[in-house]
Amino acid sequence: MFTGFFYTLRKHKVPVSLTEWMTLMDALSKGLAQSSLENFYYLARAILVKSEALYDAYDQAFQEYFKGLEGTAEIRDEIWEWLQNPLVKELFTPEEIDAMSNMSLGELMREFEKRLREQRSRHDGGSYWIGTGGTSPFGHSGYHPAGIRVGGESRSLRAVKVAGERRFKNLRRDVILDVRQMEIALKSLRILSRVGPEDELDLEGTIDATAKNAGELELRWRRSRRNTVKLLLLMDVGGSMDPYAGLCSRLFTAANAATHFKDFKYFYFHNCIYDKLYTDMERQEWVNTKWVLQSLDSEYKVIIVGDAMMATTELVSPYGAINYSDFNETPGIVWLREVAEHFPYSIWLNPVEPYYWDHTTISMIRRIFPMYHLTLDGLTEGIKRLVARR
Amino acid sequence: MSREVFEVYKGSSDYVASESLKNAVNAAITLGRPLLVRGEPGTGKTLLAHSIARALGKRLIVFNVKSTTKAQEALYVYDTVRRLNDARFGDRDVSDIKQYIKLGKLGEAFASPEQVVLLIDEIDKADPEFPNDLLNELDEMSFYIPETGETIRAKHRPIVIITSNAEKELPDAFLRRCIFHYIEFPDPETMEKIVKVHYPNLREDLLKEAIKTFYKIRSIDDLKKKPSTSELLDWIYVLLRADVSPDKISKEVPFINVLLKKETDFHYFVNNYLGKGSGLLRR
Repeated sequence: MFTGFFYTLRKHKVPVSLTEWMTLMDALSKGLAQSSLENFYYLARAILVKSEALYDAYDQAFQEYFKGLEGTAEIRDEIWEWLQNPLVKELFTPEEIDAMSNMSLGELMREFEKRLREQRSRHDGGSYWIGTGGTSPFGHSGYHPAGIRVGGESRSLRAVKVAGERRFKNLRRDVILDVRQMEIALKSLRILSRVGPEDELDLEGTIDATAKNAGELELRWRRSRRNTVKLLLLMDVGGSMDPYAGLCSRLFTAANAATHFKDFKYFYFHNCIYDKLYTDMERQEWVNTKWVLQSLDSEYKVIIVGDAMMATTELVSPYGAINYSDFNETPGIVWLREVAEHFPYSIWLNPVEPYYWDHTTISMIRRIFPMYHLTLDGLTEGIKRLVARR
Repeated sequence: MSREVFEVYKGSSDYVASESLKNAVNAAITLGRPLLVRGEPGTGKTLLAHSIARALGKRLIVFNVKSTTKAQEALYVYDTVRRLNDARFGDRDVSDIKQYIKLGKLGEAFASPEQVVLLIDEIDKADPEFPNDLLNELDEMSFYIPETGETIRAKHRPIVIITSNAEKELPDAFLRRCIFHYIEFPDPETMEKIVKVHYPNLREDLLKEAIKTFYKIRSIDDLKKKPSTSELLDWIYVLLRADVSPDKISKEVPFINVLLKKETDFHYFVNNYLGKGSGLLRR
């Protein structure tokens, strides 16, 4: 039932699994939708959608699948009245009613609409069924095993309308990135090894030692597993990065707040990395890039954040830096290569839309660093690359 | 169609639950699945479990997850050191392993003779593997203790409420078995109801002003941490105690430090929104 909805959801990239779908069917058979489309909307969402980031896609799918209901408000009321009519029994044979129970709601609605139209023409032609004085309350519910009662409360339209509002648009994973989300993404940047104090009982060792000790109890401890990841964050600041300053500062806040790194270091640069790396955003204080490469071992995972957009000379020419004070003998691209060689685990996060990534300097830098879009998805992908063993 | 009778959660007097939330709770209860609740801090995720327990008259078992929590601890702990110690000094009969097995919160919930509400609070705090480790146990509502050869099976499936702040941390296999609900930040009307639950005798004009100002502050995008419901409630409490007149609230925003707890946010607000003439938040 509603199998079309299942595929509509999948089409909208809501990863609904068969397990969840069967759960929904179970819920419907237990009458949880309470015969209203609004309840169905919430019920199906609770069971099928496991992230608020997907609520928007769900809304869209819901709207698409149930949009047959849109604009049928009047028709619905008519069906409702019409269903009250005892003569309606003569319209549908029991077989037809049976067949209807296999229809999706949309199909059912269409069927009713069709019948209604036919009925009307007959009625216009002065047919037999006007002016009934019938009182028999012809069943309005129970014909649909899903428990959605056609011609019930007109709430169904509200559900489609709720879906149509697309209130969860801002929660889509490919759109926003707040500090909390970044923290969580960064959390997966970890590699566990046994380090630190010995605070875990080593049962095997204890038994061995005790046995060797002629039964005199001897406890053995071992180190528990801890994260050993060290992170180096290099950020492009100023100039063309200004529009993304908020985004970068959120990433910085997240990385800085994350307590699970063994070590966290950060430096700033402008447009490209040259001889100096700055320790403040105003780029007044600096250290030598050479010194950084020497003092930080190659186990550091490196995240470089920048738009990678600059004049080609800034990247490839000696003394090409836009800041004269940088006065670089070595072209930026050589520095970048050195960083990439020294730190085998490094990625470049770019806030610029991937659509523009065929820009000259971006595509040159992409050949040196794997580049990811600075969104939650991109960050997560990039981090996967940082922890994957190569 | 026959309908089994299930207990229905309709919210409780001290908790304002939206239709969709009640819907999700009832689905979880009926289907016997854990309910995963996510939402901004301060949207009442934890309180939901308390409310359910109260509304349905059930015992609540709280399992607070910490970063060091292991899945095993939720089920039971086997006190090896104590047993070794007892063996060494012959204090007790160590052949009865049962006395060294202590049930964890999940084990306690399963072993309970009546149905309970089990709150697994902030599941995302633990190791990313944590939820997966409990997958089978939550599914079957039973677990096996190899040390004693015993199986602890739930007599009544507990109503499991799981809260999480995180987005990506939870594994798919785990999510597939849950009912999910995202608690949206309450809109001003709902917020009024929530405040009234806590301060039933609050003056209408003070309430309106406080909520208006609160939502204006929340609409400032540059804040690092936006104030949440609990901060609003604290703030109203302070406003009441200090007897601030309602017309001052939006103009002067007294006790702003109750709402903005990060120093940078505080300075940002004071510099950009306060003291720029009288208009401040009106712009």
